[in-house]
Amino acid sequence: MKRNVLPFVFLAGFLLSWEFFCRSSEIQPFILPAPSRILLLIAEEAPLLLMHGASTAIEIIFGTVLSVIAAVILATAMFLFPAAEKALAPILVASQAIPVFALAPLLIAWLGYGMGSKILMAAVIIFFPVTVSLLQGFKSCGTDLERLFSAMGANTWKTFRFLYWPWAMPYFFAGLRVAVSVAAIGAVIGEWVGSMRGLGFLMMQANARLRTDLVFASIAVLSALSIFLWKTVSFFEKKCVHWIDTTNSL
Amino acid sequence: MIEVKNFTKSFHNRLVIGDFSFFAGEGTLTALLGPSGCGKSTFFDLLMGNISRDGGQLFLAGKEVPDLKNAAAFMAQKDLLLPWLTLRENALLPVSVKKTPSASDLREADELFEILGLGGTGDLYPRHVSGGMAQRCALARTILFRTPIVLLDEPFSAVDAITRQTLRSLLLQIRSNFRKTLLMITHDVEDALLLADSIIILSSAPMTAREKLVISTPKEKRSGDPFLQAKKEKILAMLQEKAS
Repeated sequence: MKRNVLPFVFLAGFLLSWEFFCRSSEIQPFILPAPSRILLLIAEEAPLLLMHGASTAIEIIFGTVLSVIAAVILATAMFLFPAAEKALAPILVASQAIPVFALAPLLIAWLGYGMGSKILMAAVIIFFPVTVSLLQGFKSCGTDLERLFSAMGANTWKTFRFLYWPWAMPYFFAGLRVAVSVAAIGAVIGEWVGSMRGLGFLMMQANARLRTDLVFASIAVLSALSIFLWKTVSFFEKKCVHWIDTTNSL
Repeated sequence: MIEVKNFTKSFHNRLVIGDFSFFAGEGTLTALLGPSGCGKSTFFDLLMGNISRDGGQLFLAGKEVPDLKNAAAFMAQKDLLLPWLTLRENALLPVSVKKTPSASDLREADELFEILGLGGTGDLYPRHVSGGMAQRCALARTILFRTPIVLLDEPFSAVDAITRQTLRSLLLQIRSNFRKTLLMITHDVEDALLLADSIIILSSAPMTAREKLVISTPKEKRSGDPFLQAKKEKILAMLQEKAS
C-alpha cells in the first residue's frame, strides 16, 4: 500500500468507528455528534466556516511572517554576537514559561479586539521554535567549511550568503513546520479571549449554545488549515532545500 | 618563497609546535610528513591566520607577513563542496565571494574542468558525482583561488587507490602548468615521495622539523623506483624509531 494512502485509511477507519459508536449508542448529538452530521453541517455552513476560517488563516499567516522576520534578525544577531546570545537566551527561555492564556488578555488590552492582538499572539507562540532552530542551524556549520571561507577571504556577509544561511535552511524549515502547526493555538486562544470573528470566536459561540456539531466543524476546518499550512511549508522546503531528500520527513 | 622561522604554539600550557622552521622555494612542492596528531593541521591554521601563534616569524617572498591569508589556497582531505551549489558554482566560489563571476571566469572554470576530466559536469550537483570527481572539483576550486601558494591538508586520504593515482598526476600537472608553490601535510610516505621535491620529517609533541630530505630523481617518479624505495625505507625507519 502506498505510504500517502495510509493516513486516509487510518482516518476513514477512525471516522467509521466513531459513526458506528454514535449510531449504536444512545449518546446525544450535543454530547458527541456523529461524523456524518458534522460533515453535513460543514457543507451547509460552508460560507460561515470559510469566513471565520479566512480570518483565522490571515492571523496565522501574518503571525508566522512576523515571527519569521523577528526570528531571522534575532538568531543572526545571537550567532554573530555571542554577547547578545548570552544576554538574550535566558530571557527567551523564560518567555516560554509564560502561559499564553495569561498573555492573551494583556495583548487584547494593548492592541484591542481586532486582528492585531491575534497576529501577535500567533507570532509569540511560534517565535521561539523558529529562532532556536535557526540558531542551532547556524551553529552546526562545520569548522572545515569556516576555515575554507576564511582562506577565500570571504567577508561576513558573503559567508552568511554562501555558507551559513543555506546550511541553516533545513533547520529553519524544521522549526517553521512545527511553528505553523502550533500557530493556530495562538490565534484561537486570542479569539477565545476576545474577538468578533475567527474559528475560535465561532467555537465559543457554538459552545455557549450547545452546538457541539459546530464546535467539531470549526475544529475540522482548523485542522484542515493547519495541514494546508504544513504542506505549504513542506512545498517551499522542497524547493529551497533541494539538496536534501525530504521525501521521508513528516 | 615561504620562510617559517621559529614558530611556537601552546594550548593550555602544552607546547604543540616548538621552534619550527623551514623554507620552501617558489614553484616547489614541500611535504610535511609526520604522524597523525603531531600538530600539522594546527600549523596550517597558524599559516592561514585562523589561530594566532605564540612566537615566530613568517616571510613571503622575503617580506615579513602576519599570515598567508589572501596569498594561499586551501584544500582539505574532505572535498568541502557545498551541496546547494553546482560543481561549477563550487569551483568558482573563491571568485564569487569577492565579485560576481564574469564570462571569462566561467570560461576558465570550464577549461579547468576539461583538464581535470570533469568536462560536461559543471551543472551537476555534488550528490550526482563520485567522491573522486568531487575531489577533482575541489582541486579546481583550489586553483581558482588564484593564489601563488597552495596548502594541501592530506588531500588524498579520503579517496580510493585509483582516484588517488589520478589526483596525484593531476596535482603534478597543475603544479607545472600554474607554477604554484605547494605545501602538503600528509602521513602517507608514498604521497610525499612521489609528489614532493623535499620532505620535512616531523616529530610530535611538540611538532618540530626533524630532518629535511631532498627528493630529486632525473626521471619521472614511479612507485617501484629503487631510489624512492630506499628513501621510503629510510623515512619509515625514522618514523618508527621516533614512535618507539
